[in-house]
Amino acid sequence: MPEILDLARTQVLEHGIGLDEAGVAAVLRLPDEHVPDALQIAHEVRMRWCGPEVEVEGIVSLKTGGCPEDCHFCSQSGLFTSPVRSVWLDIPSLVEAAKQTAATGATEFCIVAAVRGPDERLMKQMREGVAAIRAEVDIQVAASLGMLSQAQVDELVEMGVHRYNHNLETSRSYFPNVVTTHSWEERWDTLRMVRDSGMEVCCGGILGLGETVEQRAEFAAQLAELDPHEVPLNFLNPRPGTPLGDRPVVEGKDALRAIAAFRLAMPRTILRYAGGREITLGDLGTRDGLLGGINAVIVGNYLTTLGRPASADLALLDDLKMPVKALSATL
Amino acid sequence: MTAVWCDRCGERAAEGDHTACAAARRLEPPRYCPSCRRRMKVQVLPAGWSATCVEHGTVRSDG
Repeated sequence: MPEILDLARTQVLEHGIGLDEAGVAAVLRLPDEHVPDALQIAHEVRMRWCGPEVEVEGIVSLKTGGCPEDCHFCSQSGLFTSPVRSVWLDIPSLVEAAKQTAATGATEFCIVAAVRGPDERLMKQMREGVAAIRAEVDIQVAASLGMLSQAQVDELVEMGVHRYNHNLETSRSYFPNVVTTHSWEERWDTLRMVRDSGMEVCCGGILGLGETVEQRAEFAAQLAELDPHEVPLNFLNPRPGTPLGDRPVVEGKDALRAIAAFRLAMPRTILRYAGGREITLGDLGTRDGLLGGINAVIVGNYLTTLGRPASADLALLDDLKMPVKALSATL
Repeated sequence: MTAVWCDRCGERAAEGDHTACAAARRLEPPRYCPSCRRRMKVQVLPAGWSATCVEHGTVRSDG
């Protein structure tokens, strides 16, 4: 057994203390034959420090496309030649999306907008939308609206938004290669305000943007320092027309290494499968990840692309005897 | 109706190889109207999608 996995067993599994950046890097560099060992320990860590439940979430785009930012992976930037057009979701459709999500047994519904930060039109749509969902659907509402002011943080709390997603996307050192219209530190500032407000912090990113293994480890360590309630883990799905549209997808084995490594860095967080897993891991890899540290999934479709049918993921969880977290457990 | 335009890449459906487009479309909604090549307004919901061409109307994932 490699030394790093012995350390993971004693430090992370037994004491709940995450691996540091060097330890994460060592896991990310494990030879193929030891990846199953890393996944096994990561699974044991997840079971010990999080439990067997899996948190299920659905997401929807309230405002799609036309974003002024230049996140190089994103088909919703108005600065690229992506075919994604700008469009707003109306309130009845938003409520319908929440109902579709709740029907899967999900406890979380995240409303997302492609913006630098919300303007008054978006905040008004949020006020009306969140109120309509809370009146009709039994589900927790989360939001992802870009960078916030303190007044907007306060207003989201008042609306009843319980969790806020704002991804750092990648390591601090690599971020300028991916986004030039705002800084990693600006994102960090919003996350700090969200944390201080009492909302749960959801913060993750995308692997496969061209970052090195060292930068991937750096990113895991920076997330661990933030200590978010939830970390959504995306794998790049290269989008036509974006600067990263021709990048290769992450190799399945590297994705599994990353899942194990991020779990071993953050033993208590909700580590969620997000976008890209279908093309990076496929059905078999999805199962391997759920047995290697993942304890949450986005079910159904994503913002501009489609996911596996929710029924397929729910059947897999049933097969793995992993109960879906109940709403009562989240309140 | 035979598609004139590929609804993923927006190029002529009868020209070039659209095998990769067809494969990608399993996990993507259409983006271009197959009749006129206009970019469509696409809404993706957790359990379906709709795509609207201002000239040729709306298509939905559930048919």
